[in-house]
Amino acid sequence: MSYITYQQAAKQAIIEEMRSDHRVFVMGEDIQVYAYADVMEEFGPERIRNTPISEIGFFGAGIGAALTGMRPIIEGGFSTFLYSAMDQVVNQAAKSRYMFGGQASVQLVIRLNVSYATSSAAHHSDRPWGLFAQVPGLKIIVPSTPYDAKGLLKSAMRDGNPVLCFDDSTLLSSSGEVPDRDYTIPLGAAEIKRAGTDLTIVTLAATVGHSLTAAQMLAGDGISVEVLDVRTVVPLDRRTILDSVTRTGRLVVVDVAPRMCGFASEVAATVAEEAFQHLKAPILRITAPDVPVPFSPDLERLMYPTPERIHAAVRKLYMKWGRSARRDLDLYHDSGERQLPDGNASSLP
Amino acid sequence: MHAPPRREFADMATRVTGAEEMIPSRAKLCEMFRRMLRVRAFEESASKLIAEAKLPGVLHNCIGQEATVVGACMALRDDDYMTGNHRSHGHPIAKGVSLAPLMAELFGKSTGVCRGKGGSMHLAAFAAGSLGESGIVGSLMPVAVGAGLSARLRDTDQVCLCFFGDGAANCGPFHESLNLAAIWKLPVVFLCENNGYALYTPQAQSTSVAHIAQRASAYGIPGAILDGQDVLAVYSGVMAAVLRAREGGGPSLVESKTYRYCEHYEAGGPANPPIYRSEHEIAAWRARDPIRLFAAHLQSSAAIGEREIEAITSEVLAEVDEAVAFAEQSAAPNPSALFEDVFT
Ligand SMILES: Cc1ncc(C[n+]2csc(CCOP(=O)(O)OP(=O)(O)O)c2C)c(N)n1
Ligand SMILES: [Mg+2]
Repeated sequence: MSYITYQQAAKQAIIEEMRSDHRVFVMGEDIQVYAYADVMEEFGPERIRNTPISEIGFFGAGIGAALTGMRPIIEGGFSTFLYSAMDQVVNQAAKSRYMFGGQASVQLVIRLNVSYATSSAAHHSDRPWGLFAQVPGLKIIVPSTPYDAKGLLKSAMRDGNPVLCFDDSTLLSSSGEVPDRDYTIPLGAAEIKRAGTDLTIVTLAATVGHSLTAAQMLAGDGISVEVLDVRTVVPLDRRTILDSVTRTGRLVVVDVAPRMCGFASEVAATVAEEAFQHLKAPILRITAPDVPVPFSPDLERLMYPTPERIHAAVRKLYMKWGRSARRDLDLYHDSGERQLPDGNASSLP
Repeated sequence: MHAPPRREFADMATRVTGAEEMIPSRAKLCEMFRRMLRVRAFEESASKLIAEAKLPGVLHNCIGQEATVVGACMALRDDDYMTGNHRSHGHPIAKGVSLAPLMAELFGKSTGVCRGKGGSMHLAAFAAGSLGESGIVGSLMPVAVGAGLSARLRDTDQVCLCFFGDGAANCGPFHESLNLAAIWKLPVVFLCENNGYALYTPQAQSTSVAHIAQRASAYGIPGAILDGQDVLAVYSGVMAAVLRAREGGGPSLVESKTYRYCEHYEAGGPANPPIYRSEHEIAAWRARDPIRLFAAHLQSSAAIGEREIEAITSEVLAEVDEAVAFAEQSAAPNPSALFEDVFT
């Protein structure tokens, strides 16, 4: 067991896999002198492969290598660079197996830094797991701890399918206990991070931590909150979500991504369709609003769910729909595009 | 006007690639001829079927380009890879894949090479090294680079042949792929089937150079221009590039000047294309029909007699008939197949 950062844990997963299987290699921009400088001597420049700024080229090369028996890892850099290689990811990686009738397998892992909340503005800030969840044929992992980063990445590398690994940049330097041994976490298995009886929060990535903090605060208000980390968006562990909501009767979904057709919408729809009879309250989504990420920290700060905002929004929901509910309260005005993560519509013009 | 190739193209190929005369055996000549006929007969039959509304979707036929398709594929070993594009019925046929599962795929049947999930534009036959085709112009060029990279990393001497059109030469992936293959010295042969047009756009309107192969110098790799109607010229030109790649010499950009007689695509109804090429131009290219040219060469060089040509022709026609019968009699995909093969 070591106490290491998320980034170290993720790299450990890749390095261990490279040691045990010669088909595993890594490609990315500047990785030889930066992220993988310390293992250059062990693996050499063929397996730690620097690429030019050719996202179409080297993402596609990863697919071609995977189709012919290799197990490439692509260090894609910022998640927004994924769009430069959109055709390769969506048309080639995701569809080849299906379109070629099962002849192909694309054992490819693409790691992406999901940067936001850093005043980097919209070209370097997105949270696109929901966007790519609309592409059948891609698996999507979104670890929230160093332990999960290593275990999920190992499963991803062995899965046999194209897997996007979205690393929440606000977590990269967070630390935790990580076993030095080989272990995997199955894709599609959510984790109950905190048990509760009144309400279920379903979330992922950095908002797992925020939701746990909020749950602690809500406990002080006498509200018992269950927090569920889905860990993978595709496959989505619908069973665990539905079981939890069946017990608690209330669902809040928290996500730093935009609202429209997103992860939160999918979870909400699943529960509305499958567990309607168990619901004691309307479903609440706490997400970022549907705007590109602004540069100014004064604006960007408004966007994301924080422990305080989650606390406030859940409390409001519970006041109206809790055990001793005040149904006469009119708490929600507008759930449209101006919804801020504290559950209030923006009053800005 | 997209003119039929002149002599100096062939000369240039020899000069640029340094290819020696690579003389195929008599058996190989017969096989080349057979495969060219297969491509043509397969597509003529498909063309008829779609006109009779017996095939779903659309077809992009390569009738007129058979010498390029077959000459290039015959320069490959069985374990070599190739990638295609939207005009790619010919590529797996030329790599030796049997006709029945290819025809069944055009019908969308369960017995198709891709079990009815790919169709005309997305044939693939991994067992024969065909890594697939694509409806997105230019998109498999990086994938071909990856197959070359994989061969290198696995320490094999396999080569990947990457087919693309003159239109694809102006897509971004062209640049990234050629540069990547060049800096990594990968065993990839980029073969431009230059049929003069991308849909209705003539090459001169979309391309700043007269010959796509001129761009090779921008990547520091050899370029060659071949007479794409002469199967032996294509065979030896591509063979030179393949051998170079196999020996670790890196990629080449080979341009084969050819022509499609048919319209860009066929969908059953009347084509009604805009006027974008002249009858005169079509006639000039038809006068150098690759199959007729090769048949004449085979006879004049006494490699194959007229009787043998007739025998091969009737065998191929029978094969196509059998393929169509097989496809027509095959079952539609089971509804459960809808959910199969999304993931491993
Ligand atoms: C990325 C992309 N853009 C546009 C198209 C539409 N399209 C299909 S084929 C084609 C022309 C391609 O020309 P070329 O590469 O010369 O191949 P050819 O059809 O002549 O064999 C076009 C524009 C497409 N399929 N993909
Ligand atoms: Mg063309």
